[in-house]
Amino acid sequence: MTGKHLTFTLNGEPRETSADPRTHLADFLRYGLGLTGTHVGCEHGVCGACTVIVDGVPVRSCLMLAVQIDCCTVETVEGLANGDELSPLQQAFSTHHGLQCGFCTPGMLMTLEALLRATPSPTEHDIRMAISGNICRCTGYQGIVEAALAAAAVRTSTP
Amino acid sequence: MSARYFGAAVARVEDPRLLAGRGRYVDDAVLPGMLHAAFVRASMAHGRIRNIDASDAKGMPGVVAIYTMADFAGIAQGAMPPMAPHPLLPTPITYHPLAVEEVCHVGEAIAIVLADDRATAEDAAAAVLLDIEELPAVADAVLAWKAGAPRVHSKRPSNIAASLKAGFSDCDAVFAKADHVLTERFDIHRGGCHSMECRGVVASVDPHSGVLTLSTSSQSPYMVRRHLATYLGRDESEIRVMTPDVGGGFGPKANVYPEEFAVALAAIKTGRPVKWIEDRQEHFVATTQQRGQVWTLDVAFDNDGRMRAIRGHCIHDNGAYAPYGLILPATALASFPGPYALEALDLTIDVVLTNLVPTSPVRGACRPNAAFLLERLADRIARHLGIDRQQVRRRSFVRADQMPYSTGMKARDGSPISYDSGDYIAALDLVLDKIGAAGFEARRAAAADRGKLLGLGIASCVEDTGLGPFEGASVRVTPAGKVVVSTGASSQGQGHRTAFAQIAADALGVELNDVMVETADTSRFPLGMSTIASRIAVTAGSSVELAAQKVRAKAIAFASHKLEVGEQDLELEGGAVRVKGVPGMNVSLSEIARTLAGNVGISLPGGMEPDLAATAYFNSTALTFAYGANACEVEIDPETGDVRVVRYVVVHDCGKLINPLIVDGQIRGGVVHGIGNALFERMIYDEAGQPLTTTYADYFLPLASEMPPIEIHHVETPSPRNPIGVKGAGEGGTIPAAACVISAVENALGSNAPFIHLHPISPQQVVKWLERTASAAKA
Amino acid sequence: MKAPPFQYHRPHTREELGALLASLDNAKILAGGQSLMPMLNLRVLAPDHLIDINRVPELAGIRETVDGIEIGAMTRQADILASPIIQARLPLLARALEHVGHIQTRSRGTIGGSCCHLDPSAEQPAICAALDAEFVATGPNGRRVIPAADWFQGLLQSALEDQEFLEALRFKPWAKGHGYGFAEYARRHGDFAISGAAALLEVDGRGQITRTALLVFGVEPAPRRLYDAEAALVGQIIREIALAPIIDAARALDPMEDVHVTADYRRHLAGILIGRALREACSSLERSQ
Repeated sequence: MTGKHLTFTLNGEPRETSADPRTHLADFLRYGLGLTGTHVGCEHGVCGACTVIVDGVPVRSCLMLAVQIDCCTVETVEGLANGDELSPLQQAFSTHHGLQCGFCTPGMLMTLEALLRATPSPTEHDIRMAISGNICRCTGYQGIVEAALAAAAVRTSTP
Repeated sequence: MSARYFGAAVARVEDPRLLAGRGRYVDDAVLPGMLHAAFVRASMAHGRIRNIDASDAKGMPGVVAIYTMADFAGIAQGAMPPMAPHPLLPTPITYHPLAVEEVCHVGEAIAIVLADDRATAEDAAAAVLLDIEELPAVADAVLAWKAGAPRVHSKRPSNIAASLKAGFSDCDAVFAKADHVLTERFDIHRGGCHSMECRGVVASVDPHSGVLTLSTSSQSPYMVRRHLATYLGRDESEIRVMTPDVGGGFGPKANVYPEEFAVALAAIKTGRPVKWIEDRQEHFVATTQQRGQVWTLDVAFDNDGRMRAIRGHCIHDNGAYAPYGLILPATALASFPGPYALEALDLTIDVVLTNLVPTSPVRGACRPNAAFLLERLADRIARHLGIDRQQVRRRSFVRADQMPYSTGMKARDGSPISYDSGDYIAALDLVLDKIGAAGFEARRAAAADRGKLLGLGIASCVEDTGLGPFEGASVRVTPAGKVVVSTGASSQGQGHRTAFAQIAADALGVELNDVMVETADTSRFPLGMSTIASRIAVTAGSSVELAAQKVRAKAIAFASHKLEVGEQDLELEGGAVRVKGVPGMNVSLSEIARTLAGNVGISLPGGMEPDLAATAYFNSTALTFAYGANACEVEIDPETGDVRVVRYVVVHDCGKLINPLIVDGQIRGGVVHGIGNALFERMIYDEAGQPLTTTYADYFLPLASEMPPIEIHHVETPSPRNPIGVKGAGEGGTIPAAACVISAVENALGSNAPFIHLHPISPQQVVKWLERTASAAKA
Repeated sequence: MKAPPFQYHRPHTREELGALLASLDNAKILAGGQSLMPMLNLRVLAPDHLIDINRVPELAGIRETVDGIEIGAMTRQADILASPIIQARLPLLARALEHVGHIQTRSRGTIGGSCCHLDPSAEQPAICAALDAEFVATGPNGRRVIPAADWFQGLLQSALEDQEFLEALRFKPWAKGHGYGFAEYARRHGDFAISGAAALLEVDGRGQITRTALLVFGVEPAPRRLYDAEAALVGQIIREIALAPIIDAARALDPMEDVHVTADYRRHLAGILIGRALREACSSLERSQ
């Protein structure tokens, strides 16, 4: 890939590469780096499927240019699990059936991961507000909300 | 067989991969030398193509080719084959893979651009010069239906593609004797569907075998293969179609689309792999939509509210093409008389073409329409007579003692439709109990103290599921003792792999994670239909059971021979056939499979057939009928007109539950889809057929912030019509939901408010209705 | 859809930014990107140059100055929302920001970006109008301070000149313990409001209103202060406010129509929402006293 030179940290690993200026971050992660866990659902910043964490905060990766992550820390869904061991949030999604087709799931996980870091014990209302920027057509949201509550309980009970 | 997994809420085997970001969706595929496609699409709703000038665009750096239909003349030509031929549609109304001569809706594909990357392809698509003579367009089905309307297709003499009739008995005679007759007009709005993954396809030609391979985000891979083979004049064995992980379907992905053909043609023409991923803008103008119908219905009923007969007429907005034949309007008719025991029925649907995106089944097909109409009529009768809404239903329902009940209607093959089982009154009683209907007026008063209007809605439905003719499955035990289940049923998030593994694991006495399920690859399993109409648990689930039972029988026969023990003394457990009550006396499935895999020069024991495997096709000869009763509460802010669903309770009977976790997920998602239809989702076109709501800022999908928790209670009446006792569950959430919400809104607005005959409703309408009610009260 | 091609520029200082603006034709400034990026991805815009101002540190930050608060144009909405200074001294701004987008957009979206884009339904420019903010703009001829009353030039149109950029917003907080209220109506959480309203109140020891700001937004192409109603409100006793003329004033505007909403409904909502905002302002005042 030609274009602007970038250095950044991706899921804890330093990376150095380049990106075409017009490529948004979601496409760059998917096609430039082969990290296809991040999904593109609308490309106009509403559906939230492309949510990733940049410098600790959740962002829509279709609304950031890849070149803007120069010197940043980026976290994607691929970085949540510890090897084959799912994180408590991922595990809770499975236990509470918080996913069906799985397409919105990476964005949901990254939004909730950011929420739980900032708000370790959210209420159901907090969770529904947090994921109001993530559209799911399969689940009706309830399993996702239950999963987030369960994950919060696990995370706060284990140091 | 002990049911260790069947019926248990086990976590899905699909989940770990999807949660770790290791799903494989069509857009995740990268093939060597792959080109990226973008389409040049019609920007007007109706026009005659005079010229397509791609000369400048072809010269742009990174652009490899730009094709119109004429460029494919050496490979194939003409319109696409119809997916569901119908005698009333002698001339199919299908797309060409790329438009020739005429475009009939905004978004119709005209040319395909191939480039090194998608952005470049889009740059070039924008540079293709189109000379299209604009023709008059018609964007409203009622207008299109009228004589003298502009023609949707210039070569079709009428916009009415077909008229379908359905009914039974002498309707007019019942009306003539009825205590009461009411007439209402209903307007059900067209919406979109919006799986979160748009469509997409990757096509390639194997340079050695010449096999054309498609990976497509489809509910119907076998239909894609069948119709592509017909179109290309190839044998089906020369085409392989598979579906990777699919990010939601909900109906529209069951169609075979022109883009799938165009991408395949482009791959053949260039000899290089071609990928096309639909973006959300394309999805709004090129993926089928849903549900637009205008009905006029008469209902005849008794003094006590019993519904006796319904007659009426529908104008069905079919959009510009009928790729799926008449399936959608036919489903609307077939959904009558719902849970009601009518004496007579007489319905006509005019299937009307418009210069809009075609329609095809979306979650529930037109069953939600029928539920809306029937439930609205029930409420209307109650208002008219001044009786409780539930009384109309109690007096009109098919009773449990009437089961199996022949409704009077006929299925597509002419056989009489008969409901297999169900207790609709009991379901209504249960849902009223669970929502606390008895305490509702107290809650309404408490809400009024807060300045809010609370309303209680009820709606019931019956859903035909398990549509035939079949799906199939093969079950094979590998020499390592693993079980491989293969089926043609494609999956879009329904957890098929888990459900099928549960069935097979129980039949063969193995652990869930010993079962591997392959779905929807035409090279792995010979035949398949489509994942539509809540049919896969019934058809494919039963096939897995039948095939697994055959394998089980074979394993027992083998063990009986080897251990010299009667078959009745054998059982399958822990991956082995065991002699009951004799620990240590067993033969493992692995050993049986290894033996039946054969050794050179050694005969198979007992003259058995090779391979510990079997294939079965469950022939679903009769539909099985799920049903449900829903109740909800809405809270209305009378000042802004805001409607919020605050409680939603579902009572649902889909027979035996394979996995309650999955069924509940299906129902909840379906209910939210229905709430979207009732309150939020509005696909707006202007008079010229230009779509006006083509982003998610303008087309409102339901969000977590507005959706209520949904409480579900299952009644399990096993279906007598398949070996595992199941009924479909994919659409039962959606079907009554819009009717239930609208019933609650009307209830909240009060008995003097206007009868609500449409959806979606908007806050501004609610404010207007309240103003009108208030001024009527003053007068 | 993918964005059309453009040249990307990333200045690190105000001076570099100014030089780029002066030298490039058909350039757009990329702030938080929450409006511009969708327009690029939808190919509604095709600038030749994109000037990314996310790495100009001088443009971001919240500062208490001698006579008020200055918020850098590139300050993120999430940072404003979380700021104790804003919560204490500009509580109306914090209150309104709860309604702006979603956590993923507030983490990138900036107050300056919203104030330059000027969507008629946007909360932040509306609050700037309610608080009589000053817009500090820098261009080839130096720095100038534009009062809120002059900032709004029409639909999506600010007073910023071609080669100017917005540097900061200056606010003069109202008296400690002032009353503030905000109300809006959108179909779904985080959507652009169909209409909204804001109210600010100061009272004397006897409960008599000494100063007020009343504003509706999303109704006309730009936020609208109800100056006559404000004048009439001053001097009234807080517990005896005559609400009807204020609602009438909000309903006397000339509302926009769109595919979803009629002018009539916007007019109706404007009246409801100004009433709600004012009542909320009254109760916040009572709480603080």
